[in-house]
Order: sequence, then C-alpha cells, then structure tokens
Amino acid sequence: MTGHFRQSMAWLHTWTGLVLGWVLYFVFVTGTLGYFDTEIDRWMQPELPVATEMADARATVRVAQDYLEHHAPGHARWFISLPTDRNSPYLSVFSQQGRAHGGPGMHADRVLLDAETGRALRARDTGGGQLLYQMHWKLHYLPEIVGQWTVGVATMFMLLALITGIVVHKKIFSDFFTFRPGKGQRSWLDAHNATSVISLPFQLMITYSGLVFLMTVYMPMIVSAFYGSDDAAQRVFREDLASRPALVQPARTPASLLPLDHIIADAQERWGEGAIDARDVRHPYDAHARVIVRGSIAAGPVRAAPSLVYDGVSGELLAEQAARTSAAKTTRDLLLGLHEGMFAGPVVRWLYVLSGLLGCAMIGSGLILWMVKRRQREAKLGGSAYPGLQLVERLNIATLVGLPVGIAAYFWGNRLLPAELAERATWEANILFLAWAAMAAHAVWRPVARAWGEQLWLAGAAYALLPMLNALTTERHLARSLLTGDWVFAGFDLTMLAVGVMFASVAYALARRQRRFAARQVIDSPPPSHIVATRAEETA
Amino acid sequence: MNKLAIPSRILAAALGGYALANSGAILLAAALPGGQAEAVTWGLLASFLIYTAAVMWVFSVRSALRAWLGVLVPGFVCGALAWILMQGGTP
Repeated sequence: MTGHFRQSMAWLHTWTGLVLGWVLYFVFVTGTLGYFDTEIDRWMQPELPVATEMADARATVRVAQDYLEHHAPGHARWFISLPTDRNSPYLSVFSQQGRAHGGPGMHADRVLLDAETGRALRARDTGGGQLLYQMHWKLHYLPEIVGQWTVGVATMFMLLALITGIVVHKKIFSDFFTFRPGKGQRSWLDAHNATSVISLPFQLMITYSGLVFLMTVYMPMIVSAFYGSDDAAQRVFREDLASRPALVQPARTPASLLPLDHIIADAQERWGEGAIDARDVRHPYDAHARVIVRGSIAAGPVRAAPSLVYDGVSGELLAEQAARTSAAKTTRDLLLGLHEGMFAGPVVRWLYVLSGLLGCAMIGSGLILWMVKRRQREAKLGGSAYPGLQLVERLNIATLVGLPVGIAAYFWGNRLLPAELAERATWEANILFLAWAAMAAHAVWRPVARAWGEQLWLAGAAYALLPMLNALTTERHLARSLLTGDWVFAGFDLTMLAVGVMFASVAYALARRQRRFAARQVIDSPPPSHIVATRAEETA
Repeated sequence: MNKLAIPSRILAAALGGYALANSGAILLAAALPGGQAEAVTWGLLASFLIYTAAVMWVFSVRSALRAWLGVLVPGFVCGALAWILMQGGTP
C-alpha cells in the first residue's frame, strides 16, 4: 500500500466520519433503543396488564374474530397478530376500509385486545419505543422521503468511514488491547480504535444492511431498467421477488366466513403448534374472501416467513409459499433479519444493544478525537479555537450529551403529561426535541468546559431519577416489579438507573480532571486548551 | 490535494460514483442467469459496494481528471454492455 493511498484514505475517513457524524449518532442512539422497542412501549403504557403467554392459538383467534365481526364488519381487510413473543406481547387487530391491497385511501387502526375476554385494552396515547425506533430511519418532523434520504446519505458516509478506517489501520489486533488513559488525544484515539475494532463485524453488518432496507428507494433506476419506473412496476418487482400468489379482487357477493380457528387448526397441523404469528383476512364476508396465515419472521435470522393462503368461504388451501424462494431473496432477508434482530432472545438482544452502544461510542469518540486533535494543535501554536472547531465543540456537546437528555425528557413527558391531553403522543415527541433544543442553546451559551459538565450531571439526574418518577406516578414501582417478576418494568427501571449512574460518573471524572489541570497549571507549563478557552470566555 | 480539486472530486464521487453504481448493478442484473427479480436483487445488493469502491477510487488517484475518467468510462462501458445484453432478449 502506498503512502499516498493510505493518506488519502485517512483524509476520506476523517471527513466522511465528521460531516454527518451527528446524524449518525442520532441514528445509532435511536436505533439501539429500537432493540428494546416493545419493552419501552410497555413501560410507556403502564395501564396495560403484564403480558402473559398465549394459552391457545385457536381460542385466541376466535376472540379476535368476534371483536372484528362486531367492530369492523364492512372492512376490506382484517389483520390479526397473535401474542407470541416479546415482538408482539399483546393480541392485536387492525382493519382497513377501502382497498385491501394497501395504497391511498386506507384507514388503519390497531387495537390491543385482552386475549381472554376480547375487551379492547385502553392505555395512554404514546409514541412509545416504536417512535424512537422509527426515528432512526425517518428522523422526525420531516417528510418521510427527506428523512430516508438524509439517513441513506449518512449511512453511505458511515460505510465509507468504516472501510477507509480499516484501510488506514496498521495493526488492528494490537489496538484491541491498547488503552492509554489520561493522555488526551492518544486516549481518544485508543478509545475510538478499541470500540471500532471490537464491534467491527456488527458495524459493517448494520451499516450495509441499513442501506439494503431501502435499496429500491436509494437505487430506483436498477429496478426501473427492467420493470419500468411507475409505482405499479415497482410492486410487480416486489411480488415477483416474493413469488407471492396473486390475490383476487372481491366478488362483491356476500358469503359467510369460516370460523378462523378451523383454518388455524389446519395450519397447526402443517407447521406445528406455536409457529403461527399472524393472520390476514382479505374481503371478509365476500365470496372471494382469502385468509392468509403467516409463520413467524422471528424464527431465525432470515427475516422471512412461510405463508398459507386459504379460501375464506370453503376453507380450502389454495397456495402454500415457502419462506425461502431464491438465493438473492434469502441473502436480502438474512441481512434484514440480522439488522432487526427480531429472532434474538434476551442474551443475544443484550449483545445487540451493547454492539449498538459501542457504535455510539465509536461515533462519539471519533467526533471528540477530531476536536481534541485540533484543539491541542491550536494550543501548541498559541491560537484560540477557530469557528469550525468551535462549531464542532458545540455540536458535540449538544448532540453527544444533549440528545440523551432529550430522550430522558421524552420518558419524563410520558409520565407527566395529563392522560387526556389532545395530541398527547405528538407532545411527548415535542418534549424530546424541545429539551434537545434547550441543550443546544445551553451548549452555545455556556463556556465549553462548563457545558460538558453541566449537561452530563443533568443527564445523570434525568435518568437516575426515572425509577422514582415511575414509582410516584404509577403503581408499578421497582420493588413491586422485582417482587412480582415483572422483568420488563424492572429491567427498564434498572437500566435507566445504570445509565444515570454512568453519566454521573463521567461528569464526576471530568470535574476531577479539570480540578487537577487547574491545580497543575499554577505550578508549570501550558494548560490544556479547553481550560484556556474557558478562561478566555470567562474574562471576556 | 489542491483546493480546487476537492469540490470537483466530491462531485465525481457523489454523482459519478452513483452513476457507476447504477450502471454496474444494471449490467450485473442483465448478465446474471436465472429469474429477473433475483438478478435485479443481486444488482441492488451489490450497488452499494460498487459505490463505495468508486468513491475510494475518486479520492485516491493523483488528479481530479483521472478521478472523473475512472468513474465515467467504466460507467459508460457498463451501461453500453447492459444495453446490448438487454436488447438480445433475456440472457
């Protein structure tokens, strides 16, 4: 490898990492939270009963069918999702009016049901963990296409930063074991190397598969070259790839619908108990009613499920579709499945979360490294921070710590906003971004060294006090959830407590370090530049 | 890297690289045997690798002119080959 090549790749690594680094940090933080999406959903709706395992799929589907017969008789599509695992802890149904094949004019409304009584479960209006999870590819407040493209471009930058990072690296293995703390730039470089190297396979997988999720959005011309460019053509491509059996149009003649538990019984005979995830009924009470039974997409890392298509009137099995139809589709489904980790049990799920956090640390340490390197260079030259460096310093504070404060505020909002507030879920999200904006303003207004410390302490308090807030505002406090074995609530409270302690200990370590530097400065040599900067701003 | 060359290379990477990623993926999809939807999927999956390689090429060569030529020439060649293959019916 020539020196020129490595140098140009180092340049590319620095700038692709920096320019959209803050967007990437947002994507990684919200995406990591997404691995606990349904757990966060449940904590944010404390009125819901503790989810229990489904006793009997046939009885449960009967309950759902009864509900839909009463509440959605004329609808073109019913969708029933069984309470099978953490991915879908409650029985839920939704129905659509209008066209059964999706597209404009559909009105979807998801309702959670008590699997025993069929009563609709009511809880406070919230975006829950789903909203945080969706932010990681849609962002927020932006039209979907703008959010998707922003995240797509950032992801492409990430992929470039990862690969150029590997290229410029001389000794990957030894970096695994190298950490020299308390040495400014060197320590940040070590931290950046260690977090990246440990989690490199995960980061490559998550970044590439992130692009694959929306590959037809980012690369529409590849599909258009073979299928044509209108929406219908794109749909033909998707159906073609899935080799999905064609569904028929409604006959517009009414007919009776077979009780769905007969169909479940047949599916269970083919697949075994517990393998059924969802049921999709098109045109119920029409002569062309179709019932589609899907297996679980979380059965393994390949995100694909087999399905069975039945005639809803006669109960005859019309088509059977395997989960894996072609190598190309299976490769795509494997990438998507690894990205989402729906198959992960508790241990693997925590590994996903840790890998995601290492990704956040990799991005964060990279952003800090850029800043520390230039700050030290400026200090040596005797200059002060130039505008670009100041901007990066402020953005780092506002994002690396300010965003977590915003997310804590989102949880506080969930407990403190009145239950009957109109647009409540919208306001929860607004609170996240208002708190984040306040942190950004604070980062601009305060001296750099002070701003870090203050926001870190605030983040520590905001997370560590969440279990207390939960105890004050609900019946499901930590002691009770520990005693009753309510692991979702206990896990959430304990994790928040741990996150709070982590932020507070970083704040404490930073404060000690600043005191030590201040003391040493009296005795000898030039102090680190961030303290100089603070002093200058304070005297100004 | 001189200062005027950088904006030019950024354009070559972003637009030229995107064009090459598309035409390379379309050629791959046209050339692969088997079903069309599968071939297109392989093309889509590969396109981001082609894009990454193109951007790295653009920033590693010694002149901006070579950077542009390095993405545009293979881009046109891939596009032309893909067009020929697609005219000849299903490969």
